[in-house]
Amino acid sequence: MDYLLEGFSQGFMLLFSGDPEAYSAIWATVYASTLSMICSMAIGVPLGFLLGYKKFPGKKVVRTIVDTLLSFPTVVIGLVVYAFLTRNGPLGGTGLLFTIPGMAIGQTLLGLPIIVAMTANAVEGLDKRLPMTLITLGANPGQMMWATVLEARYSIMLAAMAAYGRIVSEVGISMMVGGNIKWHTRTITTAIALETGKGEFAVGIALGMVLLTVALLVNIGAAGLKKRAVQ
Amino acid sequence: MKRLLIAALSCLIAMVMALPALAGPTLMMATTTSTANTGLLDELIVPKFMKDTGIEIKYVAVGTGKALKMAENCDVDVVLVHAPAAEKAYVDKGVLIDRKELMYNDFVIIGPASDPAGVKGMDVAQALKTIAEKQAVFASRGDNSGTHKKELSLWKAAGMAVPEKDAWYIQTGQGMLPTINIANEKNGYTMTDRGTYIKYADTKGGNPPLVVLVEGDKVLFNQYSALAVNTAKCKDAQYDLATKFINWMASPDTQKAIGDFKLLGKKLFIPNAQ
Repeated sequence: MDYLLEGFSQGFMLLFSGDPEAYSAIWATVYASTLSMICSMAIGVPLGFLLGYKKFPGKKVVRTIVDTLLSFPTVVIGLVVYAFLTRNGPLGGTGLLFTIPGMAIGQTLLGLPIIVAMTANAVEGLDKRLPMTLITLGANPGQMMWATVLEARYSIMLAAMAAYGRIVSEVGISMMVGGNIKWHTRTITTAIALETGKGEFAVGIALGMVLLTVALLVNIGAAGLKKRAVQ
Repeated sequence: MKRLLIAALSCLIAMVMALPALAGPTLMMATTTSTANTGLLDELIVPKFMKDTGIEIKYVAVGTGKALKMAENCDVDVVLVHAPAAEKAYVDKGVLIDRKELMYNDFVIIGPASDPAGVKGMDVAQALKTIAEKQAVFASRGDNSGTHKKELSLWKAAGMAVPEKDAWYIQTGQGMLPTINIANEKNGYTMTDRGTYIKYADTKGGNPPLVVLVEGDKVLFNQYSALAVNTAKCKDAQYDLATKFINWMASPDTQKAIGDFKLLGKKLFIPNAQ
């Protein structure tokens, strides 16, 4: 029980005393998750739009595959990305193994199915008259997509938050692809794994609180954005 | 589709561009959990090597088995490990060269102070046989690490098959400190290197629930060595940096610092570079 109390007080200490190790892990976490969020949104929203908007043969199969990928275990993604990025692997020349961008590739794969599936759902759920209206207004395909995505923006923001939650809390990819290297690729979650492994439970709990605080700040930011968008 | 491709491509480019500009020479090392968990690397080796040579060490702490595998995959430049037989196999394969013995400690069998199986003071073979007979809980790393390899060889040396399937033999699949904690929760025994044990005792305020019961047997000797990745197998391996590191580890100054690295007044590693 002492672990919990000690963990809480240490958590505040870590945040407010500017502990360089903690801030290095916070930075690595924010850097990796921001990079992967940008990429999974940039790739996932158009893909999700196509999946929800277009009719094509095999659509159901694609939907099933995307839904299955939602439960892709992070350690398996980590393993696959490691196999590609290792020096002897097909992408070994990029030197991305044990770097934050390398981790971001894995996390992008993690977030992508969430964005695609939820965007597709959102687009399908829109008023069926919307495309007709847009066509009569003379919209070209690009404008159609933009207007549809804009119409579904709240659902897409929800998708982004769900993906962010999964990305920021994963440990398998960060551990395998990042290597948990101090000052470089040690994120909050891999630091928690390490500290817990060492039996430093209080430090682990403290770092867990730090991660929750980071997530809280991001959510407050997103809520602020939404409010501004509504006005 | 074109736009998608462009988006995906620009993402990849952005990731590569986002690679931090290389600040200075960086040595990639794979090492065992014991050197990292004891604090030897973070508190002594990494900062001291930076100060002495200006070279930064990035290390990945995994079991010896995985560390050697990483060397074979060309993902690191140097390894710091403790499994002489496995090291030799990789030297024979031509993956690793320049093996240098740097320091040692010893393995110990630890268990509850109450010693339910009554193994205190026995030699290793006797102790393992007794634990098996009494079916006392024994926690094994089970992760192909140096310590795990050693433990497997000790069962063999005691004339027994590894009790893989017995309920009392727990394979944790985790690092040394988690395994010690599991042994403690189960009121059982485990084998650990002394450096990690002292660190464990230190985190328990010098009064650990698990105590050393079997020690001093000469089969328990635990040699740590560094090996460089062979550029003939991995052309991008930074052999010059690896050599610098190995020689620096073997230098009198560093050897003395390793000997002076203590917790609870006890040496964690004893330098023995020739």
